[in-house]
Amino acid sequence: MRGCVRSSKVLAPAMFPRLLFDRWGSLLGRRGLASAGEPHPTPLPSQARVVICGGGIVGSSVAYHLAKLGWKDVVLLEQGRLGAGTTRLCAGIVSTAKHIPIESKMADYSNTLYQQLEQETGVKTGYVKTGSLCLAQNQDRFISLKRLASRLKVLGIPCDVITPKQVAELHPLVNIHDLVGAVHVLGDAVVSPPDVNHALVVAAAKNGVQIHEHTSVNHVMVQKGHVTGVETDRGTIYCDYFVNCAGQWAYELGLSSEDPVSVPVHACEHFYLLTKPLEQPLQPHAPVVMDLDGRIYVRAWQGGVLSGGFEKNPKPIFTEGRSQLEIQGMQEDWDHFEPMLSALLRRMPSLDSCEIHQLINWPESFTPDMRCIMGETQTVHGYFVLGGMNSSGLSFAGGGGRYLAEWMTYGYPSENVWPLDVKRRTLQSSAPSCAIAMEVMPLLYELKVPRWDFQTGRQLRTSPLYDRLDTQGARWMEKHGFERAKYFVPSGKDLLALDQSKTFYKPDWFDIVGAEVKCCKEAVCVVDMSSFTKFELSSSGDQALELLQRLCANDLDVPVGHIVHTGMLNHRGGYENDCSVVRLSKNRFFIISPSDQQVHCWSWIKQHMPSDSQLQLEDVTWKYTALNVIGPRAMDVLSELSYVPLTPDHFPSLFCKEMSVGYANGIRVMSMTHTGEPGFMLYIPIEYALHVYNEVMSVGQKYGIRNSGYYALRSLRIEKFFAFWGQDLDAFTTPLECGREFRVKFDKGTEFIGREALLQQRQVGVSRRFIMFLLEDHNTELDLWPWWGEPIYRNEELVGVTSSSAYSYTLERHVCLGFVKPPETDPGAPTVVTADFINRGEYEVEIGGHRYHAKAKLYPFSSLFAQQRRRKDDMEFSSFQGK
Amino acid sequence: MPVPSCIFTTAIRNGEITKLGTCIFHSHNRNRCCSLPPHSLKTLHALLKTASPMTLGSGRSIKDNPLWYIKTQSYRTTSQQYYNLTPPQVNSILKANEYRFKVPEFDGKNVSSILGFDSSQLPANAPIEDRRSVATCLQTRGMLFGVFDGHAGCACAQAVSERLFYYIAVSLLPHETLLEIENAVENGRAILPILQWHKHPNDYFSKEASKLYFNSLRTYWQELIDLNTGEHPDTREALINAFKRLDNDISLEAQVGDPNSFLNYWVLRVAFSGATACVAHIDGADIQVANTGDGRAVLGVQEEDGSWTAVTLSNDHNAQNEDEIKRIRSQHPKNEEKTVVKQDRLLGLLMPFRAFGDVKFKWSIELQKMVLESGPDQLNENEHTKFIPPNYHTPPYLTAKPEVIHHSLRPQDKFLVLGTDGLWETMHRQEVVRVVGEYLTGVHLQQPISVGGYKVTLGQMQGLLMERRARISSVFEDQNAATHLIRHAVGNNEFGVVDHERLCKMLSLPEELARMYRDDITIIVVQFNSHVIGAQSKPGGGD
Repeated sequence: MRGCVRSSKVLAPAMFPRLLFDRWGSLLGRRGLASAGEPHPTPLPSQARVVICGGGIVGSSVAYHLAKLGWKDVVLLEQGRLGAGTTRLCAGIVSTAKHIPIESKMADYSNTLYQQLEQETGVKTGYVKTGSLCLAQNQDRFISLKRLASRLKVLGIPCDVITPKQVAELHPLVNIHDLVGAVHVLGDAVVSPPDVNHALVVAAAKNGVQIHEHTSVNHVMVQKGHVTGVETDRGTIYCDYFVNCAGQWAYELGLSSEDPVSVPVHACEHFYLLTKPLEQPLQPHAPVVMDLDGRIYVRAWQGGVLSGGFEKNPKPIFTEGRSQLEIQGMQEDWDHFEPMLSALLRRMPSLDSCEIHQLINWPESFTPDMRCIMGETQTVHGYFVLGGMNSSGLSFAGGGGRYLAEWMTYGYPSENVWPLDVKRRTLQSSAPSCAIAMEVMPLLYELKVPRWDFQTGRQLRTSPLYDRLDTQGARWMEKHGFERAKYFVPSGKDLLALDQSKTFYKPDWFDIVGAEVKCCKEAVCVVDMSSFTKFELSSSGDQALELLQRLCANDLDVPVGHIVHTGMLNHRGGYENDCSVVRLSKNRFFIISPSDQQVHCWSWIKQHMPSDSQLQLEDVTWKYTALNVIGPRAMDVLSELSYVPLTPDHFPSLFCKEMSVGYANGIRVMSMTHTGEPGFMLYIPIEYALHVYNEVMSVGQKYGIRNSGYYALRSLRIEKFFAFWGQDLDAFTTPLECGREFRVKFDKGTEFIGREALLQQRQVGVSRRFIMFLLEDHNTELDLWPWWGEPIYRNEELVGVTSSSAYSYTLERHVCLGFVKPPETDPGAPTVVTADFINRGEYEVEIGGHRYHAKAKLYPFSSLFAQQRRRKDDMEFSSFQGK
Repeated sequence: MPVPSCIFTTAIRNGEITKLGTCIFHSHNRNRCCSLPPHSLKTLHALLKTASPMTLGSGRSIKDNPLWYIKTQSYRTTSQQYYNLTPPQVNSILKANEYRFKVPEFDGKNVSSILGFDSSQLPANAPIEDRRSVATCLQTRGMLFGVFDGHAGCACAQAVSERLFYYIAVSLLPHETLLEIENAVENGRAILPILQWHKHPNDYFSKEASKLYFNSLRTYWQELIDLNTGEHPDTREALINAFKRLDNDISLEAQVGDPNSFLNYWVLRVAFSGATACVAHIDGADIQVANTGDGRAVLGVQEEDGSWTAVTLSNDHNAQNEDEIKRIRSQHPKNEEKTVVKQDRLLGLLMPFRAFGDVKFKWSIELQKMVLESGPDQLNENEHTKFIPPNYHTPPYLTAKPEVIHHSLRPQDKFLVLGTDGLWETMHRQEVVRVVGEYLTGVHLQQPISVGGYKVTLGQMQGLLMERRARISSVFEDQNAATHLIRHAVGNNEFGVVDHERLCKMLSLPEELARMYRDDITIIVVQFNSHVIGAQSKPGGGD
């Protein structure tokens, strides 16, 4: 309550000046707040639960949502004035047309929030529901927009695929002659961002948040890995939680913590143009136009237009010596704006005679992977981050604030925000570099085809075999900073053409990957899989086993040398990690996780690890090169290189033996391939990598050995219905939902995390189920290829979305994996999925607006698994199937 | 806000000025052609054919016809298939003959007032008839720069480009040095080098004639030794003497002939073809431009506000120069007043009023006939050489005597552009200086535009920005100021901006057509070191 009184002093409506501007966008009217704020600054509290740094729209949203969730003692600090950073100048478009579903979801929530904010607070927010038009100038773009429309429909966001003619009916100024189509998102809106900011602050203050302007955070105090307080230029506040919402200052603020926190954002200049009113003023509800091929957006502004864009050659802002508290209007650079101006005049030729009002230039923060940064940092507990909005700050602030508040309240948001999680691997591996920011900004409006890749920040982490593979024709993709081979171009192929292949249809590597798959099935292939995350857990006693038994759903108390596939679950029973654990010795375990788990899994294990000096966790990712030798002849190749018999009798599936290969000792050979094919994974100490690789390749000659890439691997895995963490599995998916109950040992005698939830789910039944779909009437040559995010229809009813897909060269058709969830018949009680429900349905998968019949399968084709060896997994499978 | 807004208005105004400038330029050009009888393409072709015996003049009459004249009619159909040059192809054509030399700041004797020079050439004739020469005088101070525009073949221009600088250098040598050289030759010792050439690999010297040339030159310096006045040679006098002497030698060599049949034919070809010369001798702050014909030397002066002005350091010797017409008329009897300059040409044939070679305008009819009769057969097969100009009563009608203009360099004089008329016909000197000036100072430093409080429409702004961008992009493509200038000369559209499409069309013209749309262009851009000039400039300096 104390905070309430205080804050009302600061924010009493009479005293609270109309935020900064008489009219937003104008550079005038700054004085009001400064003079009101400076003479008698309210003293800072000495203690609080939460300190939020940054009074822009993101920080305000976090404060608003924390207050909504009942947090008391929340303090919001702003170094200058509220909303005086990027918020003050941003274009005010709330658009749900985003790259990934979680972003669209956030934007959709923001939209709903801003719409009712005026009613809630009485503050005018300038909210106008205008809808938005995403234009396509070519067929490829149109395909990507149709795919976007599919994704939005899945989320329940209304949108239509429309013709150019309909565009002309919706917007009076748009030149439609070069358009092939458009998507109309009906609910998108425009607002006045500083006013929304103001409204959020007012509402937060009403709920007890204390707001202090002109207060800079000098550094964040940390003790034993926990936030203890912040030191500001006006004194110290002790607190339990700190939230870094400092926008473009977030990186420096992160570094100024006693335990530095990496928030890799880099700011670029962003421009938009304001015109004077048109002769026939443009109505305020005219839809926002996003001409993606022209790289511009246009909205109505005071009878004229506001138009900006994401140019190909962004201007990064150099951070050295940056000290200004607020963003001053930066230099207008008309020459830089010229391409966007030309694009605007091409799109709206009638603006030619319209007068210029102003060219605004302001900084926007960009992240290395084009996604915002959210969540608790792995280095400091209680240190939360929300930032790096990649120029969608307004659209993401509402949803982002809500998720972060939920995260702080419940330990995790109500949605899977892994793509935005600060612990995702990419962020750790990249310093904020202007080169990356310069690539990301143009990418926002760039046409993205399946399996596109970043161009900058490459070759950051590579395997010791990189050069070897590269000279053999490897084409690379980047996965969380690590270079992985996609496929190997046979000599004599036109390399240039291959590199430039960008299509939504059948890609031209089709036959190359087909040949690699065939080789995996019939002979033997080598895949460099060094990017996998590798940990070693050891203890003096059985602490390591105890810890793993608690973390993992499967039973780890297996004989030495056994490999166990297991999930690490959270309390909801959802996958925090999906890994393979090898018992190297009684108290030593080798944990293999997906590449992007390096930070997340580490922090998950650390979080549950008792502080015991006898228990040690080591990241050995960099110590081992992993070679996957796949194929029926893998056994023959390895037999020639070692003395250990490798026949299934002596070396059954899912076993690990340390042996010598060639002349190298200490190679961990594991009888698994992550693809369901026979073969071995070799974990090789890196100094032996080249030797072992050379030996394998030369011995393999007579067995027809060749290199293979991840595309082949992917095809093999998906046709076997193997789910992959990060793509198919997430923290909201339980083993029961994806048919992996056989990897959950309820009766292993340890109360593992998530057991309760799983038991209950087993009781009630699952409400969603991981299904494999085979596209029936899909023409591989002529039809659009599935990617991910395609809606799944059952009997004409939307039941789910695909999470990954691949062409199966064996089945000669596309396989899509995805979750099916029956529509709720009875609100509150989710409908349970039964095998009957799955089997008795007509399924269709919608790709780019066209639906293809699909056959749903609950279980993989057992015929696909190699016949020669009965795998342990299969036996478990079949016993499960029997139930 | 006053500063940027002010910048903006000047930018706008400048934009208009350039437009205005080019407009004037257009009409100027049109006037030039209107003074000729307006002919359709057909008659033009006919003229080309009938005029072939007098290529001397006809070549020039064609190039005076504005490009757009013909473009609209024939050009699209004839050369459409050649249009598709990619930017790299365009660049390789433009850069084929470019040469750049950076002068060492201190050569062991003096601090140089010259930073270096860029030169470039774009042929229209096949083979090109323009020549260029740059050399450093080793026994005296200074550097020599020259552009030479040949007509009726390239022989004369070739000879002049090889020989003229030696004549100038010898004229400038003090008595003692001349003696020393003569002694060395006499006794078979190594001769002091006189010139250091700065040549593009494509610029060749004829080996066969070098002995002949050397002998003529030696005769010249021997005469200079005999004539010893005891005074230090005056640069101006030296230039004039060198020009006159070389022309004289060309004439004499043709009359005397040579036992070697190749050389005999060669000297006749040199004498019967012609060449203009525009030569600059730069020594410290002193610059002397000796000009014969219609080449031109223009100084780029940067005003205090950063804008560029052109100061011409030569007079064209053609019909546009009243003084020249007067001079020529005064040298011939009154009854020839009407015929000596006809249709803006000397005797109705020759555009430049001064030139090397061209003995057809210098020798008496008897001498011409005599030389031709005794000359080799190839010469007589050439219709052109046999043709005697009409109204040829009181030769000589033509001289190689140059007009010399002296200028003391000031710190604001940044560069000198020497160009053959192929450049000056397509670009106004003011525009030439602006393009080079902005190139050398770096246009990317051009003032940012700011709208300020002015009323500007989106369309106007776009126009302005496109223009600025085109300018910048053309700058970045060139590493040579002369090449950059050629790009503008050939590719400029009506807004003074390089238009790639136009550039492509002009460069993809087939050999036989190219000459109809453009002339050979040769350019040397000499850059001065303002600091050195500022330190040593003194009025009337020199030795």
